[in-house]
Amino acid sequence: MANPTGWKPSMEKEAAGVDAGIVGLLGATRGLVMEEPLVFEQGSPGRIGVSLPPLPAGADAASELPAALLRGEIAGMPEMSELEVVRHFTRLSQWNWGIDTGFYPLGSCTMKYNPKSSEALARLPGFAGAHPLLPTSMSQGALELMWKLERALSEIAGFPASVMSPAAGAQGELVGLMMIRAYHVARGNPRHKVLIPDTAHGTNPASAAFNGYSTVQLPSGPDGRLHPETVAKAMDDDVAAIMITNPNTLGIFESHIAEIAEIVHARGGLVYGDGANFNALVGVARPGDMGFDVMQYNLHKTFATPHGGGGPGSGPVGVAECLVPFMPLPVVVKEGESYRLVTDPAERPQTVGKVREFWGNMGMFIRAWALIRELGPEGLRRVAELAVLNANYVRAELKGHYNLPYETDTLHEVVFDDKLQKEHGVTTMDVAKRLIDHGSHPPTVYFPLVVHGALMIEPTETESKETLDQFVAAMRAIAAEASADPEALKAAPQKPFRARLDETRAARKPVLRWTPGMKVE
Amino acid sequence: MNVPDDLKYTRDHEWARIQGNRITVGITDFAQDQLGDVVFVELPDVGDEVKKGETFGVVESTKAVSDLFAPVSGKVVEVNAPLVDAPETVNEDPYEEGWMIVIEASDPKELGELLDASAYRKFVEEEQE
Repeated sequence: MANPTGWKPSMEKEAAGVDAGIVGLLGATRGLVMEEPLVFEQGSPGRIGVSLPPLPAGADAASELPAALLRGEIAGMPEMSELEVVRHFTRLSQWNWGIDTGFYPLGSCTMKYNPKSSEALARLPGFAGAHPLLPTSMSQGALELMWKLERALSEIAGFPASVMSPAAGAQGELVGLMMIRAYHVARGNPRHKVLIPDTAHGTNPASAAFNGYSTVQLPSGPDGRLHPETVAKAMDDDVAAIMITNPNTLGIFESHIAEIAEIVHARGGLVYGDGANFNALVGVARPGDMGFDVMQYNLHKTFATPHGGGGPGSGPVGVAECLVPFMPLPVVVKEGESYRLVTDPAERPQTVGKVREFWGNMGMFIRAWALIRELGPEGLRRVAELAVLNANYVRAELKGHYNLPYETDTLHEVVFDDKLQKEHGVTTMDVAKRLIDHGSHPPTVYFPLVVHGALMIEPTETESKETLDQFVAAMRAIAAEASADPEALKAAPQKPFRARLDETRAARKPVLRWTPGMKVE
Repeated sequence: MNVPDDLKYTRDHEWARIQGNRITVGITDFAQDQLGDVVFVELPDVGDEVKKGETFGVVESTKAVSDLFAPVSGKVVEVNAPLVDAPETVNEDPYEEGWMIVIEASDPKELGELLDASAYRKFVEEEQE
């Protein structure tokens, strides 16, 4: 039967551009998404979301509370029904993007899938309901898990011990540098400098500076690697440590690491490993065996605990024997068949102190331990192998369509740049925005800084070949569009609920606080 | 790419306008183009000492954060304070309104080490390769 309005099913596809292969190659299409005002702009005076029994006659609720806790007037509080509140947050959640929605190849960030089994275990009442102030006699299960995870991480990375408490990778770095400083102070001279290659994460110089060190930037070679002669030239008796990410942020394995560690150790310096990319090596090679003295593990990357808004992160730190006395407290020790928390500095007089309230991010320990036990040694090795395979598949499929600034073999991620697209006036940012129209989160852009217009792609081991093929098709379509119709890319993205945002204005004139009566654009 | 002939340049993409021992400093047209939209500028205080080749401030764009390097050593005698509220000036007019600081040079010999316009043009072309 003909539709009286003239609508035909083909119109939907044409409008979305899916059939034409222009966009939507990872399944993006149009959908009905609701506009939603701020919660403060909704409701009506007197509306209420809960039903409470009436107060007994003569009762005065205000007299039941200490006067200091009473507020004379509450201005601007939204008064809403339960349904309005539910719709508000459901609608906001529909604007969101996560690994559970689609592909998320954010280089360096390692946005891998977080298994639901790990989530379920972390929600077991015995774990979820545990209180950190319970006496250790009532927390033996939690302490046992922390102790076992500490042993497992130390074995996996090749260190005698690991600090569990740091809350995320950056705090792990900070704690690592605190221990390095304490080590040098104990030997009579804290030293003044830390060496950092130009491919490093920005947190490395920040961690050094927070510990009172000045940083010396080391140039990487034309092959994207740090070379021993560069380190030897910069190394002297005033260098406290070198900070190296391996593989580095170009995804390239620092194959001279053992020689570099020897050069630094010979002059009394220590070698810090940024474990942000440990997911490329887990189960295959051990940083402790390469000459690293200390390294943070990002449980939220390598061991698949949630992060990026869904966190919190967790950044335990593996240490060599020479740093064990300086580890922050508390640490878990096993005595006979029971477990104990060491909290008294008298027991560890050289400790750098306490760096985090309570014991660390316990929920993340549970998830990481669940993953390690689920995968086992063979499975963890497969994590690294598949991460490397997936990244190299994308690299091989996109080579020629995008410029590869470094020809050196890469591991778990690959960095392209926009050199070929720039001939048509199309930049990395335009490519990133167009990917959204296809239904992918963009890769990391404009990092590392040694590559101008960097597009840093990290698929992770949890993606299927089908998804990678869709991503490759989308990236190739964008490259083709860049030469055929560059203006279309400048206008991307078209499909998401909010099109291209004015990032410049947001950075120059940020509006960080809503106030009553404010006009919201 | 605009590279005025009457200025001197560094390999870190700063320009220097020399008037006696007063050296006005900013970033080049090439630098602002590479950075993209500048959203934040951090400058030293008047009276601060700066050293040739060392950081005197920070410029941040939507793409990257970059250090600013002093072309000569000396004392900061003037700072372009309006840039803090209008960082876009660095993009719009890098050689005039977008100037950043004036240094009173302490060692005139350092001026001879700066690049002239043609040497800077050549340097940028080589870096682009």
